Amino acid sequence: MILVINSVRITKRLYKKLFLGTDLRRKYGFFCLISTNLRGINFGLSLPFSAFILRYNKKMLTAEQIENKLNRILLKVQKPGRYVGGELNSVVKDWDSVKTKVAFVFPDIYDIGVSNVGLKVLYDQINQREDALAERAYSPWFDMEDLMRQHQIPLYALESKRPLACFDLLGFSLPYETLYTNALNILDLSGIPIHSVDRDESHPFIIAGGHAATNPEPMYKFIDAFVIGEGEEVIHDIVNVIQRGKKQDEKWSRFEVLKELAKIDGVYVPRFYETTYMEDGTVAYTEPTIPEAPKLVNKRIVGKLPPPPTKFIVPNIEVVHNRVSVEIMRGCTRGCRFCQAGMITRPVRERSVEEVVEAADAAIRSSGFEELALLSLSSSDYTYVKDLVDAISKRFEGRKLTVSLPSLRIESVSVDLMEKLKQHRSGGFTLAPEAATEKMRRIINKYIPDEEIIKTTTDIYARGWTTIKLYFMIGHPSETLEDVQAIADLCKRVIAEGRKVAGWKVKLNAGVSTFVPKPQTPFQWVACDTRESVLEKQALLKRELYKDRSIKLSLTEPEDAILEAWLSRGDRRMADVVYTAWKNGSKFDAWKEGRKYDTWMQAFAEHGLDHAFYTHRQRRTDEVFPWEHIGAALRKNFLFQDFRMSLEGEIRVDCRLNCFACGILPTFANLRRENPGEEWKCPEVKSPARKVISETVSSNQLRVVGD
Amino acid sequence: MRVRITFTKQNALRYIGHLDLHSLWERAMRRAELPLAYSQGFHPQPKISLAAALPLGFSSRGEVLDVRLNENVPVENIAKQLSENLPHDIKILNVEEVDEKLPALQTQVLSASYDVKLTEPVTPSELKRRVESIMMAESIIRERRGKSYDLRPLIEMISIINEANGTAWLKMTLAAREGATGRPEEVLSALGIEPETTLVERTRLIFKE
Repeated sequence: MILVINSVRITKRLYKKLFLGTDLRRKYGFFCLISTNLRGINFGLSLPFSAFILRYNKKMLTAEQIENKLNRILLKVQKPGRYVGGELNSVVKDWDSVKTKVAFVFPDIYDIGVSNVGLKVLYDQINQREDALAERAYSPWFDMEDLMRQHQIPLYALESKRPLACFDLLGFSLPYETLYTNALNILDLSGIPIHSVDRDESHPFIIAGGHAATNPEPMYKFIDAFVIGEGEEVIHDIVNVIQRGKKQDEKWSRFEVLKELAKIDGVYVPRFYETTYMEDGTVAYTEPTIPEAPKLVNKRIVGKLPPPPTKFIVPNIEVVHNRVSVEIMRGCTRGCRFCQAGMITRPVRERSVEEVVEAADAAIRSSGFEELALLSLSSSDYTYVKDLVDAISKRFEGRKLTVSLPSLRIESVSVDLMEKLKQHRSGGFTLAPEAATEKMRRIINKYIPDEEIIKTTTDIYARGWTTIKLYFMIGHPSETLEDVQAIADLCKRVIAEGRKVAGWKVKLNAGVSTFVPKPQTPFQWVACDTRESVLEKQALLKRELYKDRSIKLSLTEPEDAILEAWLSRGDRRMADVVYTAWKNGSKFDAWKEGRKYDTWMQAFAEHGLDHAFYTHRQRRTDEVFPWEHIGAALRKNFLFQDFRMSLEGEIRVDCRLNCFACGILPTFANLRRENPGEEWKCPEVKSPARKVISETVSSNQLRVVGD
Repeated sequence: MRVRITFTKQNALRYIGHLDLHSLWERAMRRAELPLAYSQGFHPQPKISLAAALPLGFSSRGEVLDVRLNENVPVENIAKQLSENLPHDIKILNVEEVDEKLPALQTQVLSASYDVKLTEPVTPSELKRRVESIMMAESIIRERRGKSYDLRPLIEMISIINEANGTAWLKMTLAAREGATGRPEEVLSALGIEPETTLVERTRLIFKE
């Protein structure tokens, strides 16, 4: 399953661009006042809540009781439509006629979660089964949470209004780390014990997946089982195990079910592992404690992308994305070194133009949406992108549909593509150069010369778009103030050249985010920039760009990046920090209404840990990472070589041109053999199947050798 | 072709506001593949107009909208196609073709009737006393958004329905003209009933002949 992309920059960027769109903070800025007021009340209420949990665990509220209680509070909250369900294409099954009840949880507000494509796919997968049902739940916003606690309403699923605690399985989507505290909050609101070991046979199994599961360790105490990789197939395996465990004649204990789950390919059950630390606080090794748990849990992928969902839930209120999304391709061959999504979603698999067009058409018809998004990490790399654009514009001609094709390469061909899709050029055009000096472009392995950027932006202005959005990234340890200055200079040049062809109306939005080193990327060894250094770089940009009225600069809070950085590369000891931070009031960490940096600092102090150890420390070359037993099918040696190349400023070309043996093929040789041809962008595997394949990629000892 | 649709709005959809209801209908009509007529201009909008905004939290069994179509479609087909493409909590009650030249729907509404169920019962005799006292009043000055106004002339009718089990509920008809709209929750407050302890359903809109 593709869930959302990681790093802060990507949360803010690809995440929004691919799955969300508009700038949330700006859009919901008005919440700020209200929630600050409410939070005061909230703390007063959180403490006695544990008493109430015990009470409603004994006797769970019925759906009807919940609805009655809701009727009394819903008019007091903003956007009550978030909490009532009843959307077209949502699936309400007869509760008693199915064996297994699954609730998928997106631990952020409805407005964001309801458009998530990953959960949409899983929701469909489960609801297609006759023996199971899937419902949905999201985080209530501050105002609703306060009222729910006050009126003792447990968190419920939107379809049946039954408490989440009634379900057999809760599947959390964790696309980015700043949702961790929200996930704990949801368990608490549901009256489910926060810690995995405190749950018994009466509680649902708590599973989680998504890109943040690449390093599941900071959440290991709270989640019963993690899904590593794509969820489409593995979700069925999990449901099957739970069904077997519930059979009357067998009746497995919770422990036995977990043991059975641990045997599934791509499932990580953290309680069956133990981490030993070195004296300096780094990890010595993490090892399974029972024979059923594999030494290395490799990610699960699907050999062929299943048909895209065509029945989209149509929200009854305005949400961030009222649109149909069709994933045209999974994975990326570009190899940008900062991009976790590009590393962990390999191999590239494409859908056919026909499949995309038919799915888009069916989904638009069944939803009535006015917007279609064709999603991938790098649309320009989709082999038949021109054919796709032609087919889409032909199919939807005259149907008043907005089509978006995000993640285009910086080249004039992209402008041609956009021109065909846009009926009028009212929207902006978004490009991501990331860096503005040759040095930095080589370090991050995203090399686009200035001339190419200027040529493309000038072309965009000349063809009638008035606004361009450019994304940049600051905060890599090798970056100097000159590299940052170059970003400002490039922006000014884009505007100056734009004015020559389109006059004074041209505008530029420069989004500059802060780099967060991510696990399972070549930058997993590097330090995250300090707050002071980021502030200095941001001050330079402000000084340089605030004068120009045509340029709008948006920056991210340095604390946001730092918070995400320690969560991303944390070890098991971080779990206590997450718990304490949540208990002291942290939630909605990705929102300015929720940000509580001090609470986190206190939590670190309480557990005798130093956040800088996780955030600002350059890792030793022979360091064993906390996520070493979790495999994204990337050889550690491949990542390390790529890291060394970055230090030398060496470029690695698109791996469609030259395979760099990242580790995908040896791990998934059988799958590739079963799926020959051009759908996969990795070389074909012709050799006969070997027996043990996974050992090739488990490399606990790092060997530094040349290619 | 101008078509007038009467419909219900209940359950979950009680919590959907006026603008959201508008987009809901747009999407439903697109799903039903009706030949919608669009306004001119840079951002063409389908020509759908809702008769009167229904306050958030109220259900209804008599909402009305007008929509303009580019082609003539038999009204039975419109009803059928739409019914298949609406969320559960909206049901179509009636579809009829109306004269293109009629004035805008919003300007034709005179008043609206409501059923008010009480979740915290008031004894029928007490209820009767309160209703009589406000119906006899010359004027009921209330404040809304910082402005004071007289609620009394906006109340056309209030009646008490007594159930066999001893409980009672209210029916009321309030003015709903442009600039002179009586709000049920204001009437309830005047009756000393907490609006949040009631379930209000709009039963019909009354139009000029």
